[in-house]
This record gives sequence, structure tokens and C-alpha cells, in this order.
Amino acid sequence: MAVIEDKIGAVAIEPKTWFERIPAAYWLVGFVLLVMPTFASNFVLFQIFGWTFILGIIALSLMFLGGYGGMVSMAQMTIAGCAGYMIAIFGSSAITGISMGWPWFVAIPFALIIAVLLGTLIGWLAVRTEGIYTIMITLAIAAAFFYFTRQNYVIFNGFSGFNGVLPPQLFGVDWRGPIAFYYLTLFWAALCYFAVLYISRAPFGLALQGVRDNQRRMSALGYNATAHRVAAYAFAALLAGIGGILLTWQSAQISPGTAGIGPAIDILVVAVIGGMRHPIGAFIGAFIYVILKTFALDALVALGLSGERFQLLIGLGFLVIVFWSPDGILGLWEKWKESRNKDPLVDRGGDAP
Amino acid sequence: MRQFVDRHPIWSIVLFVVAAILLWMIFAVWPDWLKDLIGRKKVFLNALFNGITLGGLYFLVASGFTLIFGLMRNVNLAHGSLYLLGGYIGFMTAEITGFWLLAFPVAFIVVGALGVLLQIFVFRRMEGQDLRQTLVTIGISIVMADLMLWAWGGDFYNITPPDWLSGPMSTFFVTSVKRSGELVYLKYPFVRIVIFAASIVVGVGMWLLLNRTRIGMLIRAGVDDRDMLSATGARIQLVFVAVFAFGAGLAGVAGVVGGTFQSVAPGEDVRFLLASLVVVIVGGMGSISGAAIGALLIGLAEQFGSVYFPTYAVVLTFLIMVVVLAFRPQGLMGRS
Repeated sequence: MAVIEDKIGAVAIEPKTWFERIPAAYWLVGFVLLVMPTFASNFVLFQIFGWTFILGIIALSLMFLGGYGGMVSMAQMTIAGCAGYMIAIFGSSAITGISMGWPWFVAIPFALIIAVLLGTLIGWLAVRTEGIYTIMITLAIAAAFFYFTRQNYVIFNGFSGFNGVLPPQLFGVDWRGPIAFYYLTLFWAALCYFAVLYISRAPFGLALQGVRDNQRRMSALGYNATAHRVAAYAFAALLAGIGGILLTWQSAQISPGTAGIGPAIDILVVAVIGGMRHPIGAFIGAFIYVILKTFALDALVALGLSGERFQLLIGLGFLVIVFWSPDGILGLWEKWKESRNKDPLVDRGGDAP
Repeated sequence: MRQFVDRHPIWSIVLFVVAAILLWMIFAVWPDWLKDLIGRKKVFLNALFNGITLGGLYFLVASGFTLIFGLMRNVNLAHGSLYLLGGYIGFMTAEITGFWLLAFPVAFIVVGALGVLLQIFVFRRMEGQDLRQTLVTIGISIVMADLMLWAWGGDFYNITPPDWLSGPMSTFFVTSVKRSGELVYLKYPFVRIVIFAASIVVGVGMWLLLNRTRIGMLIRAGVDDRDMLSATGARIQLVFVAVFAFGAGLAGVAGVVGGTFQSVAPGEDVRFLLASLVVVIVGGMGSISGAAIGALLIGLAEQFGSVYFPTYAVVLTFLIMVVVLAFRPQGLMGRS
């Protein structure tokens, strides 16, 4: 948190227009991302960046809960899966017996509303507990959703789920085409990122961080801690829902395996590897995860190992990061910056007393 | 018991009536209307016994989990992996030596030793950091799952019990009456009964250890107030290591039991981790009696669910958890 607040403080000293206040890094990253389709291949656009943005959005919802609310929820993938299922059920898919075939402007809001309702319900259950209990309960809920969708054939079409779930053909553009899909996911990822950044500085976000740091003090100040937490779950569910719909469109299918226990843990891995201190961590983590998942197989084979050991690599990487840097890559970055500022004579930061 | 009746008169009456109906259903010969309503008595009794024995297995897994949590406040999400490792080691031991009984001590010692390593090299370094411990154990479970997949492949293994344990055993429960007036008794796999008896012995042994010995006194004191105990000069780190080793060893033994009951295969680790999570949430964190009640409840729910509403058997388990959480967040036997 300190980083963000420091930045705000530093900027506020000299009044500038909003345009000038945008840091240089944003210009650079924004420019590169916008012109990416001119030099990147379709595979990179659709598979690597599309997937990175989608995973990033879902991990961002976990980062919002975990970083600002202090609640690590394993059920974010479940909410994403729920939204994906709803878009398949309300919209159109290859399973015409179940899908209702509603137009997209009805189906998408309905899917998001149901995802938010589910998220609120999960939050209402989870906020009764704290810390590790929250992880355990949300993990159990995620497992329940997985088994339920696998067993239910009336609504969720059981083991095989839905396939042929395609985005609508809007403005005559095929939104599943590599470039269109790239811009679609980029747009939503940027929107979600800035929404989280905005909320983290808005009164609600500040109150939420206050509840995270000291619930009793916030309650004494007259804030309803439980309501803030449940509202955080609801907002995170909206993010996860958006991610879930995009994920369903990308793979054109949704099945119980999409929202299983493995993917739920993967989202936690992504959020933790990136770091839960700043929203950008979710996207950094997602990028690393996607790169590993895509190329680890080839790398392992090249090193003479069996490609099946991908999970081992991910697990070891995760273990190393949580063991040595609980704040993920962002934490490492800050540590490095701090060590550069260190005065070698007193072995202390320059501004320390 | 007396206190409970005094405090909750209505609940005790309800519990008493339920127990009476259950006893009647177990021992009586069912009238026709009941048979029409829920099917044959044999199915019911089998579901009941399977549920109780499954509860025994769940208790073995969850009691180690809850003991570790109760004393050290660390959630060991690698507990399911320890269970699976115990199963594989038990299988190997039984295959190589040919002695089924030898599988238990070997699994206990090997998995317990792994527990000692985990406690010394992982948990001691991050005492009091709940979230970090949880994340690290998730990482360990991912790595262990893949290592075990590497070593043993994706096949199903079955630990075969010795001859003197296999085969059915007649019990004294009447399932139906033949036309000739002869009573038909229930037959039930002997090995399951033995395993259930063993889990009761373990449970009682743990209770005695905790309540009647010096080390148990240390553990209970540690559960209540860790800092005060270490201030009195008890070597609490030693107690931690011992408890972790014991809890991990129990998971290993449970793995052998589970391998005999069902099978050892990848994926079982997550299943049993979730089962013990639900058992411990329902029963109350850190309480051995809570683990016993929760295990029994979840085992019964799973078996009755799979017999009477097969589609949603698993969901029933989680429904119990949600209801308990909504009305008693600390669990049935947990302290608020």
C-alpha cells in the first residue's frame, strides 16, 4: 500500500492536469499493448495475451479480495465458471436442448447478475470466518460447485458441459478472431484494472483496507465491517464473472473441469506469484503462468526431461516464491529497489532514522 | 451429558427421538409400508454400516489434521498428500514383504518422518504466519502430487488384505424374514469391521493420551495458551515436532486403510483433503471429539446420499457444511 500512497503524495505536490499525471510506464505499456497486433502472430495474440488478460482478470478479483480485503477466497474461479455456465445457458451453445438462445444484451447482464449473487452468497458465508478458515471454506465451496455441475444434467449438462459457446457477431466483427479477441480482452482487462485501482482509492476501498488492518477500530468508528466485506465479495464476483464469460468465449466451451479444484488453485498461484499488493501483480502473475504453461513443455523436453513434469515446475516455482518472497514478484521488485537505496556504511535505508 | 440436557431440553428430546427411531430401524423387522417407502432393509443397513466405516476412515485422516491445527494453528493443506503417500508406501510394503500388517507401521514411520521434516524445515520458519503457511503447503501438495504421479503413475492400486481378513462375516442384524419364518442375517465384509474397530481404538487411544498422560497435558496446555506454556519452561518445539509427526503418521496409516477399503490413485489426495476439511469445519477446529462426530456425520451423509439420492450425494456433504457454518460458525464441538 505504501507504494501507491507515496506515489499519490508525490504527485499531489505540484498540480498538473490529469493527462500529465499519467506515469510514463503507463504510456509505454499502453502503446506496446495497442500496437501489438502489428507484429505479433495470431497464436501470441489469442492464446498467450488473450489468456493472460482473462486469467489476469480472474486473479485480479482474488487480488482485490486478498490484497485490499485480507480475505483469500479460493472460490473466484467458481464464480467465473458460474458466469461462463450462465452465458452458455442463457445464450446459445451447441447444446440446444438447454441453452435458451437469448440475445447477448440480455444474456450477458443476466449471467453477471447471477455471478454477483453467487459471489455475495459465498461472501456472506465466508465472512463469518477469518484468515485460513476463509481459504478452507471457499475451497470446500469450490469443490461443491465442481461436483454439483458434474452431477447435474438438467441445468449444467453434467460431465461434458457446453460447447460451441461463441461471442456475439457484433458490428460485423467476429469477436473470436485473434485480433478482435485480443482487443476485446485487452479492453476488459484495462477496464477491470483501472476500476480496481480507482476503488482502492475511493472511500469504499479505503474503508475496506481499514477493515483489513483493524476491524475493531473500524467498527468503533461506525463502519459496518461485515457489509464492507460482503460488498467486496460482490464486486470481486463482478470481475470474476467478466473473466469467466471471456474465458468461456475463448475456449468456446465450459465444463466442470474449467471450474475444478485445480484451476481454483491455479488462480491462487497466479495471484500469489504476481503479488497481492497492487492490481498489476495479477497480470504479471498471469503472464508468467501462461508463458510457463505454454512453453514449459518444450523447455522440459529440450532439457531431456519428460514434458509431463510441468506441474512440478509450477509447484516448485510457486514454493520458491512463497517461501522467499510472500509478496510475489512485486515484493522481489520492491526488495531490490530498497536494497539499491541502502547506505552501505550503516546498512540501512537512506531515510531511516 | 447432564449439562447438555439441562441447557437444551428441546434439542435433547429431538436427538433422543431420532436415536430411538434409528435403533428401531436397525433392529426391528421392517413392516411393508416402510419397505415401500425407502426400499429394502438390507440396503439401508449396508448404507449405515458403510457410512460408519467410512466415517472411521475420515476420522483417521481428520484427527491428525485437527490435532496439528489445534496445537500449532497451522493449516496443513498437504495433509491429503501425506495420506496418499501413506497409501503408496503401504501398497509397496504389502507387495514386497507380503505382510499386510507390516504396511501400517512402515507407513506411519515414513510419513511421520516426513512430517518431522516439514515441521522443522517449513513450519518452524514461519510460525504465526497463517496465510504463508497455507500457501506453502499448497505448493508442497502440488509438488508431492506430481512426484507421486512420477513415481507410481496414474494407475489404481489396491492393497489386498490377508486371507483371514477377507470375506464376509455374518452379523446379528436381521435384514428380513423368509417365508418359512427363518430370519435372514446381514453379511458384512470382515475387513471393514476390523478397520472400524481399529479406528475406534485409535480414537480412544488418542483420547487417553491427551487426557491421561503428561505429554497429553502438555499438548492440551499448548492448545489453550502456547506462549504461557513455553514461558513455564516446557520444550514446546519438541512437543510441536512430536504432534506433527503423530498427525502425519496417522494420515499415512489412514492411507493404508483407504488403500485397503477403496484404492490408491492420483486425485485421492485432494478428495481426502477436502473430506478432512469438511469434517473439521463441521466438527469444530482442533477438537478430537468434534472430528469424530463430523467424520461420522459426513461418512453417513455420503453413503446414505449415494444410496437414496445418487445424483447429489457429494452436494449433500457440502450442504451439511453450509448449514453448520450458517448457524454455528465455530463447528459443532468448537469453542467460540
